[in-house]
Amino acid sequence: MDYRRNAQHEDKPALLDGLHEHYHVHLDSFEGPMDLLLHLIRKNELDIRNISISLITAQYLEYIKVLKELNLEIAGDFLVMAATLLQIKSKMLLPVDEPEDETEEEDDPRAELIRRLMEYQQYKEAGQVIASRALLGREVFTRSAQDPLLASLSNMEAPLESSLFELVDAFRSLLKRIPVEQFHDVAAAETFSIADCINEILSMMQDREKIQFDELVLEDQTRERIVVTFLALLELCRLKMIRIFQNAPQSPLWFIPAVMPDPVSQPALL
Amino acid sequence: MPLHAILESILFTAETPLSLDKLCDLLPEFDRDSIKSAVTTLSENFDNRRGAIKVVEVAGGWQLRTDPAFQDYVARHLKTRTTKFSQSALETLAIVAYRQPITRVEVEHLRGVDSGGVLKSLLEKKLVKILGKKDIPGRPIIYGTSRDFLELFGLKDLKSLPTLKEIQALDETPLFELQEELPLGEKSSNSPSTIEPALPFGE
Repeated sequence: MDYRRNAQHEDKPALLDGLHEHYHVHLDSFEGPMDLLLHLIRKNELDIRNISISLITAQYLEYIKVLKELNLEIAGDFLVMAATLLQIKSKMLLPVDEPEDETEEEDDPRAELIRRLMEYQQYKEAGQVIASRALLGREVFTRSAQDPLLASLSNMEAPLESSLFELVDAFRSLLKRIPVEQFHDVAAAETFSIADCINEILSMMQDREKIQFDELVLEDQTRERIVVTFLALLELCRLKMIRIFQNAPQSPLWFIPAVMPDPVSQPALL
Repeated sequence: MPLHAILESILFTAETPLSLDKLCDLLPEFDRDSIKSAVTTLSENFDNRRGAIKVVEVAGGWQLRTDPAFQDYVARHLKTRTTKFSQSALETLAIVAYRQPITRVEVEHLRGVDSGGVLKSLLEKKLVKILGKKDIPGRPIIYGTSRDFLELFGLKDLKSLPTLKEIQALDETPLFELQEELPLGEKSSNSPSTIEPALPFGE
């Protein structure tokens, strides 16, 4: 098969028609360069095993150009693929040393790309197959039906269990608001230890089911106190004695005891 | 009291699928074969009832689950989640599921895009887990799917993942329209033909 012959054909009007369709419908729906290439291949009704590099490259580059014109950010991966396509195209324009009837797969510059595309497509389809299964919590249920798996999957009504990152973030923004001048030498008598803070938090929790972040850390406190409170909360998290929740990203943080009210023995402190 | 009834009581009150090993631990007075056969009896009983509950083999164990045919009725009372996965999440999940153990770089090479964000998200949702680190320079993290993944998608083990056939031409019927489960094939290292999961599931 002489693949070079296929590389010549270009069809300008059809290209532009395709572009309009891209512009209206598909512009932001590609997962990446491979996804885009598969789309172009399908759109041009090409056999993936024998794609016209010239045609595909031209359309691909046009697409990138449209993205740029619309000021949309283009992931670097798209540009890497553009370079790959151009490289393949240029390799195919080079003259072959010996006239051969059958070109071995290794000599076809498109081979690696085609292999990658086919492999990618396989997983893309596999993903769809998996998604079409009956999911626990959606089509299939167990007796303990409010399934924690699915609850954490959809960010909808259930409050999110926050990671420590949100806690750090909350403290960072709080500390930012407190001017540094407030940090002064504290007399020994006023030292508020982490142990004290932990006790304070735990006793607050015994009376109430949950405490809001803003109640624990008041803005008129010293930086020292805020830092101590932060460390106390970290320690309580580490000991798995409290859990952190948030109703939605950026919304206030809540702390609830991880263990139901039981006489809690003094945690081993630093 | 019949063993299958005992198993029924245990499975009904269990929160997660119970494996044969676990059941044997719970019922030392019975032998393994009896328990195994009683599970089959229980399962057949449920099937014969023509009810809504089935004994399902999932994540290496058994669990009582409702038949998907009844989802609309269940939804009337329960607030069910209309969970939709993004395409990148699905692709990535499929890649990790079929190719585990796998590193992030390998995932990115297959997808052609940066995958750190998706992997992190799947980790947070506990569908993917860290298996360890690869013993090569850089010691990259190795990923695999979790038990939660099996439970969510109703899979007995990794071998039960639908087999991927040889890539079809793009204009043929897409894979997901085919209903039948295909026989496991050989894994070929040179071409993207039939793929089977790299690791037998074990926990």
